[in-house]
Amino acid sequence: MSTTINQTWFMTQRQLTAILRQPAYLVITLIQPVIWLFLFGSLFRRVVELPGFGAGSYLDYLVPGVVVMSAVSSNMWAGMGTLEEIERGTLNRFLTTPVSRAALMNANVVQQGISTGIQSVVIVLLGKIGGADYPGGVAGLLILVLASIVLGTVFGAFSNALGMLVRQRESIIGINTFLLLPLTFLSSAFMAPGLMPSWMRHVADFNPVNWALVAGRSAMSADPDWGDVLSRGGALLALAAAAVWLSTRTFRSYQKSV
Amino acid sequence: MTTSPPAVQARDLMKTYPGDVRALDGMGVTVAAGTVFGLLGPNGAGKSTTVKILTTLARPDSGTAVVAGHDALRHPDRVRRAIGVVAQRSGADPVATGRENLLLQGRLYGVRGADLNRRADELLARFDLAEAGKRQVRTYSGGMQRRLDVALGLMHRPEVLFLDEPTTGLDPEARTAMWEEIGRLAGDEGLTILLTTHYLEEADRLAERIAIVDRGRVVAEGTPDELKGELHGDAVHVELREAPDAVDGTLIRTALAEFAGVREVALDGRRLSARADDGPAAVPHVLTALEQQGVAVASVTVARPSLDDVYLRYAGRRFADADAAPEAAVPAPVPANTSGAAR
Repeated sequence: MSTTINQTWFMTQRQLTAILRQPAYLVITLIQPVIWLFLFGSLFRRVVELPGFGAGSYLDYLVPGVVVMSAVSSNMWAGMGTLEEIERGTLNRFLTTPVSRAALMNANVVQQGISTGIQSVVIVLLGKIGGADYPGGVAGLLILVLASIVLGTVFGAFSNALGMLVRQRESIIGINTFLLLPLTFLSSAFMAPGLMPSWMRHVADFNPVNWALVAGRSAMSADPDWGDVLSRGGALLALAAAAVWLSTRTFRSYQKSV
Repeated sequence: MTTSPPAVQARDLMKTYPGDVRALDGMGVTVAAGTVFGLLGPNGAGKSTTVKILTTLARPDSGTAVVAGHDALRHPDRVRRAIGVVAQRSGADPVATGRENLLLQGRLYGVRGADLNRRADELLARFDLAEAGKRQVRTYSGGMQRRLDVALGLMHRPEVLFLDEPTTGLDPEARTAMWEEIGRLAGDEGLTILLTTHYLEEADRLAERIAIVDRGRVVAEGTPDELKGELHGDAVHVELREAPDAVDGTLIRTALAEFAGVREVALDGRRLSARADDGPAAVPHVLTALEQQGVAVASVTVARPSLDDVYLRYAGRRFADADAAPEAAVPAPVPANTSGAAR
């Protein structure tokens, strides 16, 4: 057990070092949320004036939306990295060492979690600098960040599974571009649920992106509804566990195809 | 001669990939401990699949594989601890430095602390990467990267080292350097090396024993000399100053065929050819006999059979042809008409 934990740490460290040594990648993953934040922030500034929107400033409303959207969009590319490791022979090299298979998979999850966490905190801080108000305090923000990490795990694991199964960049690119915007807009990321068409609101109930938003927003409000936080958060955790389980399974099917 | 069990023993390996591609068809190989063994064959012959099974990456449909005394199918973990693998594709992390790659590799095998650092530095020095070890691997040349790959495979002091196509894609200079390095490794105490290659020259130069692989199984095995020896001798070609007439021709053939170990004497115009068990030793006799017949000689050449000839004999086609058509190498039995080419 302690070996697995040690090995998970070695492999996580390797991935984090790789990210830090590619500054272009870092800058892009941080600049993109900034663009969302200030573009959407300016464009939709006045939607809060719509009757029934229910938020003081649009920036307050937007920050969790951008945090969650960024968690989805950065994690859904995880499969590209896995694919690259397969093509380069790195994965096979590790598979011929005694490293625990769980450590290989866990390292992906831990690395993605750390990256998503940092990205989320940066967005929250940028929002604060821009004048956003967080009435739920640190506890609320923490829940938002946790929800975005768990949501990121879901998409990261699916993306890894996809990368190992189809072994084609085009498929990952295609599915990601197809999914990102519908999943974001079929949620309360940018628009208050009360103002969404009713069919969209019903679809959103089944959208994990929306679960993260409901849990995060509720925790960040002045008067959190902990029932909402727990139910959505619990559903997200269950889904993440299922996704990681699935990607571990496809890992085995990869080994059969070697 | 040796009483220790073989370092690698695989029997009756069968493996079919999805799409009915038969990669292995009764593959078997036995490598004595402490030796260098070469699997020689064109692309698609099944060498890499064999290595993947022996290194626990892939599982065969049936058959057995024992590596370093452990069953590769039942106890892959024990095998993994005992082997070092240098795969066809590099697998080094390009963003990490050479030294970082080595350190991580060591840690995965449980090497720690001072021993870990010492071993990494020792290997960097040995493979002429002491300076480069501080740089990211993506800045390396092909040869440097390949040397790092071998160092990675040696990090935990394995009993058996697998080298899958170690020099493919290297320029001639880097290839020669790699050959020297592998030659030195072979001298290491107790290290067993299983090498795959599709270069005849490489197998001939590095391996003590060679198995020729074709269509998923071994078609011939032995030392390079044994394999060449099975072609029954060297080719002796003599060019005469002028073509003898029919009567002289018969006399010449009869005279030469009397020597022990010389056969298949053939005369075609001015060109006389024969097979001899020991070509160089037969030359003086051949020349004396010709002189006694009053035939003047323009030139004599002796050609040792190459592994290419061996391959032609056992696989029924020229090595280069088989290599050029790897897809064709996988399915289908040998067409009847090509077997005539293997004399």
